[in-house]
Amino acid sequence: MATTAASTPGAPKPAGPAPAAGRQVTRRPTPARVRFRRLLVSVGNHSVLLGVSIIFMVPIVFMILTALMTDRQALSTQLWPHPFVWSNFVQVFRSIDLARYTWNTFVYAGLSTLGVVISCIPVAYAFSRISWRGRNIVFLLVLSTLMLPNQVVSVPLYVIWARTFHDLTGIQFIGTLKPLIIPNWFGDAFSIFLLRQFFMTIPKELCDSVRVDGGGHWQILRRVVIPLSKPAIMAIALFQFIYAWNDFYNPLVYVGESPTAQTLSLALSNFRGMHHVQWNLTMAATLLFMIPVVVIFFLAQRVFIEGVTLTGVKG
Amino acid sequence: MSGTPGTTDGAGPEAAAGAGPAPAAKPAAGLLGRRSPEDRRRARRRAALRKYGAVLLLLSPWIIGFVVFTLTPMLISLYWSFTHYDMASTPRWVGLDNYRFMFGIGKIHGIKAADPYFWTAVKNTLWIIVFGVPLRVLFAMGTAMLLTRPKRGTNAYRTLFFMPSMAPKVAAALVFVYLLNPTTGPVNQLLNMIPGIHAPLWFYDPATSKPALLVLGLWGVGDAIVIYLAGLLSVPRELYEAIAIEGANTWQRFRNVTLPLITPVIFFTIVMGVIDGFQYFDQAYVAGNAVSGGQTSVLGSPQNSLLFYGLYLYEWAFRNFAMGYASAMAWVLFGATMTATAVLLLTSRRWVHYGGGT
Repeated sequence: MATTAASTPGAPKPAGPAPAAGRQVTRRPTPARVRFRRLLVSVGNHSVLLGVSIIFMVPIVFMILTALMTDRQALSTQLWPHPFVWSNFVQVFRSIDLARYTWNTFVYAGLSTLGVVISCIPVAYAFSRISWRGRNIVFLLVLSTLMLPNQVVSVPLYVIWARTFHDLTGIQFIGTLKPLIIPNWFGDAFSIFLLRQFFMTIPKELCDSVRVDGGGHWQILRRVVIPLSKPAIMAIALFQFIYAWNDFYNPLVYVGESPTAQTLSLALSNFRGMHHVQWNLTMAATLLFMIPVVVIFFLAQRVFIEGVTLTGVKG
Repeated sequence: MSGTPGTTDGAGPEAAAGAGPAPAAKPAAGLLGRRSPEDRRRARRRAALRKYGAVLLLLSPWIIGFVVFTLTPMLISLYWSFTHYDMASTPRWVGLDNYRFMFGIGKIHGIKAADPYFWTAVKNTLWIIVFGVPLRVLFAMGTAMLLTRPKRGTNAYRTLFFMPSMAPKVAAALVFVYLLNPTTGPVNQLLNMIPGIHAPLWFYDPATSKPALLVLGLWGVGDAIVIYLAGLLSVPRELYEAIAIEGANTWQRFRNVTLPLITPVIFFTIVMGVIDGFQYFDQAYVAGNAVSGGQTSVLGSPQNSLLFYGLYLYEWAFRNFAMGYASAMAWVLFGATMTATAVLLLTSRRWVHYGGGT
């Protein structure tokens, strides 16, 4: 508690016995006793946080170490690679078609992200910059779909893709990436919500100025809303990309066993089945699977933290 | 709304374009101010039409998506839940049989029949919610409170805690199956060094497989930590100062200032945790797959201890292709999610304090 109070400049110190005329004496040098206590509290704090940090990093460290072991060593109790087998990262591309799976995952994540961005911007615009009767009720409907368990729709959707859409178009959908990508081109509730929250904050005068110039909704979107909302658009794009990259349930249902359309998550979940004991290769592949996520995370940490905060605090 | 229709409702340019040229096009109407009420009404209607046309056009991606990928499947699934449908033949109406079989009540064609694992799946799912959600909330809140204290390093810690929550669940599950390997895993090697401790078998023992998932869940708690941190930092400082002047101790300060003000965050994380808990899938699938061994994976291994509701539904739908029964299970899941959310919302009036900081 001492540290928090100390971070408030000029605040009366609650820690020491505050004299009656506390206001005048706030700037006197802190007594050694108080300073020592603060130091102790701070050291205690940091050691707990450091401890937790180390525990949080342990899985990553062991993943890296195991990825560098020989397969026999990975099954032993030794924890430090001896020798370091860097070739595991090459080997893993030979033992499974990792390049293809990476490409598939990239196609799914990339195209679904593009779809979400393109389809959600106009929808969020209609929910935030135009007032029309029933807007709030329809928006509530959008939000309520967030609660809908994926399983409720995935069971019939599987059949719809396999039968109805297949019969209508003659295109094979099940076993390909199409059922994963296409729905994302028709709006996504979470992204619509996030964008709408952001669009609401744009001053009305800016949109009006476009109107005065004779511009319609398209002009307002292009000249005001989109340029001003780049951070929010970036946020939904990154969230969608990571969501699709990590997604397991949808590929499992719609792609299934198809060897050509496997995504990384799908391939990895079966990896152990194929290679019983090759933990080193499993970890190497897992690491490769995680690297894009980690890189994106570090490049755009702010965006994620702000996005998560926005959904949590305002939602 | 101001006098001219549409200007404030965002259809300004259309309204102006619609109303403006109309009198000019009809010289008979004469001066601008002397439009007949008929003309004005028509212009207003046209503006409204244009506005709703624009709204419909802008919303069209979502409307199509909602109808095709949400509403229709939902209705189909509701219908199927009263049928027997295996994709080989057309759905056959069976009334409430699917639900009877699921809950193990009543008879089907005069025979008493019940799904042998339905209640196992329900129990496992409730277990992971009842233990997982509070654990996550407490851990995230505690860590976030520690994070508000130091003057330096908060961002670095936050990055470290947050990153694992972005990791693919499949990857996280694989790593933890390895870490928690009973004999060669580093965790048990460490535990075995402590005398008098019997290191658990984790994912290989039905008694400890779910606790192992809790450990895995805590590794991904970073997103909740970030939310709590934001909530804690948004508590107005004056409140702390005020209560400090009153001579409150640390506990009183937490109880009377911090806790009430972050109840919205607690509520949000509980609701999301419960909704996610009902759909618990990836981690259990991967862990069960990894420990079941052999070429054929057994969902929910070991011994159905990881057979969660979503997993069991998946098995019925996509391994047995019992689409009718799986639809019934899905609707029960939907009902349970709605009920739980509604109950939480109702209780929230008593303990969630809105307004203030955020």
